[in-house]
Amino acid sequence: MKIKYIEEFAIKILMALSLLTVLGFVVGIIYTIFHRGWSCISWEMVSSLPGGGFYIGKEGGFLNAIVGSLYIVIASTFLGLLVSIPVVFYLNIFLKSHSKFAYIARMAYDVLFGIPSIVYGAFAFTLMIWLGLRTSLLGGILVTTLLIIPILIRSMDEVAKNFPRDLLEASYSLGATRLETLGVMLRQIAPGIATATLLSVGRAIGDAAGVMFTAGFSDSIPTSLSQPAATLPLSIFFQLSAPQAEVQDRAYAAALVLTIIVLVISLAGRFILHKFSKNKI
Amino acid sequence: MNRSRIFKEKVAGNLMLLITTAALLLVVAMSIGLYVKSAPIFEEHSLWDLLSASEWKPFKNQFGFFPFIMGTLWVTAIALLLALPVSLLTAVFLTEYANSGIRRWVYPALDILAALPSVIYGVWGTLLIVPWISEWLAPFFVEYSAGYTVLAGGIVLNVMILPLLVSLFVEIFSTVPQELRDASRALGATHWQTTKQVVFRRSLPGILAAVVLAVSRALGETIAVLMVCGNLPQVPHSLFDACYPIPALIANNYGEMLSLPLYESALMFAALMLFIVVLLFNLLSRIILYRLKNR
Repeated sequence: MKIKYIEEFAIKILMALSLLTVLGFVVGIIYTIFHRGWSCISWEMVSSLPGGGFYIGKEGGFLNAIVGSLYIVIASTFLGLLVSIPVVFYLNIFLKSHSKFAYIARMAYDVLFGIPSIVYGAFAFTLMIWLGLRTSLLGGILVTTLLIIPILIRSMDEVAKNFPRDLLEASYSLGATRLETLGVMLRQIAPGIATATLLSVGRAIGDAAGVMFTAGFSDSIPTSLSQPAATLPLSIFFQLSAPQAEVQDRAYAAALVLTIIVLVISLAGRFILHKFSKNKI
Repeated sequence: MNRSRIFKEKVAGNLMLLITTAALLLVVAMSIGLYVKSAPIFEEHSLWDLLSASEWKPFKNQFGFFPFIMGTLWVTAIALLLALPVSLLTAVFLTEYANSGIRRWVYPALDILAALPSVIYGVWGTLLIVPWISEWLAPFFVEYSAGYTVLAGGIVLNVMILPLLVSLFVEIFSTVPQELRDASRALGATHWQTTKQVVFRRSLPGILAAVVLAVSRALGETIAVLMVCGNLPQVPHSLFDACYPIPALIANNYGEMLSLPLYESALMFAALMLFIVVLLFNLLSRIILYRLKNR
């Protein structure tokens, strides 16, 4: 047998092994989190606030973190969409397809996407000190918004790039201005917007380093924008660094909750993109 | 009526231009903000001192970043060494060998891996990787290791950059024209020979760009690495030493840093370092990737 066929065979085995490794990591991580978390979780944990002595293993739950995360994620996703939809629209409809400015802007968003969240956090923290603000829900929302805007823009932009020119021209020929074409475009890229939103929700809910500096942490549910807020990832992190096994168990339960949320979001995103982007023109 | 429509169009256009430009300015604002905040430390220490000294005692006015830089480099290098072959082979399999049935199952799995929050990776690392290292692997090589090591950080980070690398590689390989593959196969080359000689050669710049991008992602990863790598400010000498990467340094000390003015500016200098390196890496690799896509 020729050497090249042996090589082909060997590489096929290696490829199968690496594919198995990747899938093994996925299954392994999910299994570990579910296996460990399932034995710890109870209804009390997800439905009550931390009681007295929570961090030495007394009763209570991490509802503060769940609600805090939800506040931050919902508000920042809303703000993020408010900023990024106009940008995507501008890049794709107002600018010509080979515009230098569009090139630079896309590059800038890609670069911003790559900036680690800890740097965003540190930068926002210095800003907040400069402005005389304390760690608060508002700070957490703003830094998370900054964090997800590049993701929103870049993933919606990928869909908007394929927006059919014919539809645009049909709209123009009826006398619509470019701004009035927004409705046509939004309807056409709606599945893309949904997927981008879910993607950024997943990123926002899992981010710990950015909110650590800006949202702080608290044992109660914030009632105004100026109060600090707890978040799920930070709650997991703090509880896991406690020495008591009871506190650590709650961290595993919180990790299970976070994983389930992220899994649902991630699978829903893929489902929406497949289900609704079929009616292409 | 038409006039007001055109007016609206113009106002909206300018507004959107403003928002779009704001992002460009954010990059500038971040570099200025971080620089201004880290400037005080340069008055007492030279840049070279900061980068090469290895004593970290903020309360004695000693700020040596060398251990942290080495910690970051070790962890990143291990992650890359582990992830590169696996992701390259997986991407080759997905683009060159697999049928759509397999792809339909693998892509969602990669999505999940990409979507999992870094704190979950940290939990997984402390539950599985750290005990595995301290109980199984380390006894073969050293007398004792708690498991919270450079290696643990590298392994966890490796899994985190895998989905990024695979998706970039898949994207890059699919820009190679099918005709080139067909030509190579027609001359009698095997599937793998074609991949090696045609696909790899043609997408080499893209592979490099993807690696640089993955490295910059790894450099900034905070919580997951912080949870598994031990956080001792020392220069690691083996895989089983604890280390203390730069992002972990920033995250761990943000509370205390307000106690000393220089302490704060030292940490902001750490953030600035990270920012500049990641910015340059990202720019470089994105330019290469854009060129490839528009070829």
